Amino acid sequence: MKKFFIEGCILINEKILDDVYYMLLQAPEIADHAEPGQFVHVKKNNSINFLRRPLGIAEVDKKKGTISLIYRIIGRGTAEYAAMTVGEQLSIVGPIGNGFMIKEGRPLIVGGGMGMAPLVFLAERLQEKKPLVLVGGKNEQEVFWPKYMEKYADKIYVTTDDGSLGFKGFTVQFLPKILEDNAVDDIYTCGPDIMMHSVAKIAKKYGKSCQVSMEKRMACGIGVCLGCTFTDKITGKRRKVCVDGPVFPAEEVFDYE
Amino acid sequence: MNEISLTVDIGRLHLKKPVMGASGTFGFGREYEDFLAVHEIGAIVTKGLTPLPREGNPGVRIAETPAGMLNSIGLENPGVDAFIRDILPKIKKYHVPIIVNISAGTVEDYGEMAQKLDIVGVDALEVNISCPNVKEGGIVFGTDPRSAAAVTSSVKKHTGKTVIVKLSPNVTDISCMARAVEAAGADAVSLINTITGMVIDINKRKPLLGNVTGGLSGPAVKPVALHLVWQTAQSVKIPIIGMGGIMNGEDAVEFLLAGASAVAVGAGNFANPRAVKDVTDGIEKYMRKNNIHNLDEIIGKLEV
Repeated sequence: MKKFFIEGCILINEKILDDVYYMLLQAPEIADHAEPGQFVHVKKNNSINFLRRPLGIAEVDKKKGTISLIYRIIGRGTAEYAAMTVGEQLSIVGPIGNGFMIKEGRPLIVGGGMGMAPLVFLAERLQEKKPLVLVGGKNEQEVFWPKYMEKYADKIYVTTDDGSLGFKGFTVQFLPKILEDNAVDDIYTCGPDIMMHSVAKIAKKYGKSCQVSMEKRMACGIGVCLGCTFTDKITGKRRKVCVDGPVFPAEEVFDYE
Repeated sequence: MNEISLTVDIGRLHLKKPVMGASGTFGFGREYEDFLAVHEIGAIVTKGLTPLPREGNPGVRIAETPAGMLNSIGLENPGVDAFIRDILPKIKKYHVPIIVNISAGTVEDYGEMAQKLDIVGVDALEVNISCPNVKEGGIVFGTDPRSAAAVTSSVKKHTGKTVIVKLSPNVTDISCMARAVEAAGADAVSLINTITGMVIDINKRKPLLGNVTGGLSGPAVKPVALHLVWQTAQSVKIPIIGMGGIMNGEDAVEFLLAGASAVAVGAGNFANPRAVKDVTDGIEKYMRKNNIHNLDEIIGKLEV
């Protein structure tokens, strides 16, 4: 899969929550080729920060040639992107990696925290299959995702840690109920490792397929630095999160004991 | 008379361009196909290979630092046999010099790897005696002149290829190391490998890297690397491949002036995947601007 190395003009970069931003970029080459689950590796030109940061592609508009990124300020890199203004150029390498494999059956999308970003793009791709969506977060404010997903989802279930919206508890506590009440075949998930691990175990128990989107520290994003590798649980071979993933069948990533 | 020649010879290795992708940052070359014309670069230096496959170090392996980064990969690689069988046949097509970086735990294993790699398609060996991230081999040989010389002799005995020894900056006197490997028959030296460093997570009171320490690279190390290249150039007659924080043509010209005959781009490839080409173009631009036709007019021409 061809990767592009381009400058993307920032069209929108707005705060949507305390430390969460929505960035719209003019990036026609990326928009043309991106698949749900892929990411871009970005950098501000002449930045004091040396390395790029991987961000999942949240939305794509092929006609307009735009992509959007929804990101949280978690360090120096993302803080710098948040301070960029409309009209500035962001250096982009992408689209990178293998996205979600689109399966035949009824989809259930499970996301936690900022892991939801690439799942927005996935929901769009899956819309004809009437996907169910389960999204969890700390509180009502943090669960702003339905507004990006509602046009694609058949139904959206929300969980919050404090019960301020939807089910009180974690997504994985609510997941079995969804699987018992609905005909679901394939689970697609992205979020904290601990959440995805639990989702994978529940998926296995209920006999559903499960794909997980991984996140790991990486320097290059193109398969050369080997910062993000792990051992495939099925084949025993070394895999790179950046170019072999970031999406993998759950069985390749997690233990099930 | 506007012809500019960027060619340079390192031992019997003829380079059309003086800029290569450094070991561990350039994969096996093919990973850069989307970003530059791989067949036009100076050389590909492969990821460090070992006699057997290695999984590398556990835990976090990458940390960004001011003007650079630390890595503690720990020589993850498929092993020399898999390289010869599966990878080399696929990268010969670039018709670009392939420099294979090798590491081993014993002097004999270095020799054995050299012998295995004494085959068509391999143009030179870069003998890694300077990896700071592995316990066995690696830097153990790179901090003791007698061990470094023993490894060099062993490799030379088993290969007809150009032998480049990669030196560590983590030594008291790099010229002593350079002289030792020159006397043992090295055709060239490359420097610097990364500088040992660490980052601490103050909330967890733990090192950020899984292997506790890592190797520092990027622009942060450039002044150190330049000094060591300059110092080495005073001490040996064999050619030097200079590296350490090179991001553009100006950086590269500094290394050439300090005495390097060619340069390699390492961590810079991560920030700019087209860096090898950009650095090459930058050198050419400098030459054109200053009416220089040949790299010999720059190499080691620092006036002190």
